[in-house]
Amino acid sequence: MALVESQNGPTTLLSIRDLKVHFDQGGNDLLNRLFQPGTGKRVVKAVDGVSLDIFHGETLGLVGESGCGKSTLGRAILRLTQPTAGQVVFRNQDLAHLSNRKLREHRRHLQIIFQDPYASLNPRMTIGQIVGEPLETFNLARGAEAERRVQELMETVGLSKRFIKRYPHEFSGGQRQRIGIARALAVDPDFIVADEPISALDVSIQAQILNLLEQLQRKKNLTYLFISHDLRAIRHVSDRTAVMYLGKLVELGAAKTIYDEPLMPYTKALISSVPIPDPEIEAARQRIILEGDVPSPINPPSGCRFHTRCPFAIEVCREIEPKLVEIKPAHFAACIRISPDQPHIENVAPGDAPGLELNQRMDAQIA
Amino acid sequence: MSSANGNLLEVNDLRTYFDTEDGVVKAVDGISFRLKRGETLGIVGESGSGKSVTNLSIIRLIPDPPGRIVGGEVVFNGQDILLLSGKEVRKIRGRRIAMIFQDPMTSLNPFLKISRQLMEMTQLHLGHTKAQAYQHAIKMLETVGIPDARTRVDNYPHEFSGGMRQRVMIAMALSCEPELLIADEPTTALDVTIQAQILELIKKLKQETGTSVILITHDLGVVAGMTDHVIVMYAGKIFEQAKTSELFAQTGNPYTKGLLRSVPDPTAEQGQLYQIPGSPPDVAHLQPGCPFAPRCERAEEICRREFPPFVKLTADHHSLCHFANEVFATSAGVTSN
Repeated sequence: MALVESQNGPTTLLSIRDLKVHFDQGGNDLLNRLFQPGTGKRVVKAVDGVSLDIFHGETLGLVGESGCGKSTLGRAILRLTQPTAGQVVFRNQDLAHLSNRKLREHRRHLQIIFQDPYASLNPRMTIGQIVGEPLETFNLARGAEAERRVQELMETVGLSKRFIKRYPHEFSGGQRQRIGIARALAVDPDFIVADEPISALDVSIQAQILNLLEQLQRKKNLTYLFISHDLRAIRHVSDRTAVMYLGKLVELGAAKTIYDEPLMPYTKALISSVPIPDPEIEAARQRIILEGDVPSPINPPSGCRFHTRCPFAIEVCREIEPKLVEIKPAHFAACIRISPDQPHIENVAPGDAPGLELNQRMDAQIA
Repeated sequence: MSSANGNLLEVNDLRTYFDTEDGVVKAVDGISFRLKRGETLGIVGESGSGKSVTNLSIIRLIPDPPGRIVGGEVVFNGQDILLLSGKEVRKIRGRRIAMIFQDPMTSLNPFLKISRQLMEMTQLHLGHTKAQAYQHAIKMLETVGIPDARTRVDNYPHEFSGGMRQRVMIAMALSCEPELLIADEPTTALDVTIQAQILELIKKLKQETGTSVILITHDLGVVAGMTDHVIVMYAGKIFEQAKTSELFAQTGNPYTKGLLRSVPDPTAEQGQLYQIPGSPPDVAHLQPGCPFAPRCERAEEICRREFPPFVKLTADHHSLCHFANEVFATSAGVTSN
């Protein structure tokens, strides 16, 4: 519970509490026990204890590299993937523990837009059927009324009504993504998980979709969880940004702050590796080049999961698992080598871990 | 061996067409450019713009049928590659012109050890013995920064991560010290921190070996940091061609301008992003006139009627546009906003 409940400002729409999603990879069957005794079960801890509040009307950007668990987190919120532990509180109900019937009622308010506009639409259904299906499922409209709604939705996302009887293969990637968005909007949701919505699109089309999402947000008062590996897009669309590494949140704050003054070494490296379309800036830049690859989430490193690649790591980092701490107002980071008094890791004396004490105190509080 | 004017590669009016059920697709239609020794050329474009086909044509890897190179020259070291026999091309491909592709998983043979795949190159092209080739393979893996190369050399591709596989590909490409390296979206399938590693590696190896590089990408940021010259392609044509610094400082083409403006600028607070309307054209059914005209905010009557001229703006800067001079004059210093 690292997040401060500063409720005088924005109101919380959705609260994620210590959410865990673990995937059993087997490894405990007879053959394994015979031939590789002692290795035991292999469990991928895709999401491993994430707590996060999402505010009304905001866009929360969730960024991280492949395998960090960002998509799994998005899916677990909607319970498209069953969480292993933890809570997702929406309108005073814990979605993670609702019965299937009850969950269905709530799903209407929570929708998702997928990455791959080619794989996420049923090729045998017309656009009219695809966009209209949720209206039927939730008994929102039928017959002529449903058709009118579908036409309205298509216009909202910038598709001509003439296309209503066409099939997905007749559309370009950008148009398919618009169809996916129309379908998500059909049930008038409050909250949309946009899972890499522009990654599969051409550069000139990405801007169109980003603009459409922003315009819809203003018009319909939507809240987004915008998941992407593209920091430039995240910086542009999101109000706050959360950074994930190997199943954990490592930094959270206003998008501009995260981009301009990242605190945690991983975020620093991530941001410094984004290529900037300006040759002068590129020539003058000092990049932080991380060594090695992202470790496997099956057997993540002990302590701070980033310590194997972190240029600032010291001995303690191998042992202590850092908590997400409010280092600056509304700016959280998980790193024991910084603290509210010494927020800049470059200025911390070698070997010092000013955040260690705070981290231990928080541990004690929880216990 | 180098041709008189110091160009390693000269591509003149290259045309590669594909016969499809939909008609003839002019994937590359009249491309010309020069590449000097030691230079890096970036080719940018959206999917279907012809950037990959251009480079597959250069090393004669166009599947025929349905594709065919219908015209032009690819002069490499004074020799037109398009006129060579298959046997002669194979001596150049891999040895003097090497290529790395976007997806490092599908470009390595999953059944063969890395060592075997690396050794094949030098045994074939440099006449190495098995022992020499094996030692060379280890040396190359060390060069591209694979830790513990001596053991890793006998691993299979699946035992490497995406970034490491791309390093293996680079090791393989560079193992015969090619004069030209063609990298087709080498970092698109990789994470940003790994992308930074690979780009840094290509830069470093380029400096050490003096290899010329053609870098194909859709990421304008990568172009800005890596290249000396840049070509912007659209619908099989070169739309703009310039020194990288010049193109970013002052573009002379509405398409390039639109592309540059539609990338979110992380250093600035922006409202609405600039967007190019519509989508890239179907190259099989191009209308007369400028292929970008239906999406262009500057387009006038003439653009829909006549194919635009390739206008020379400065010594090194050309743009395919009826209004190239005007666009150029008005875009100084505004494109990056």
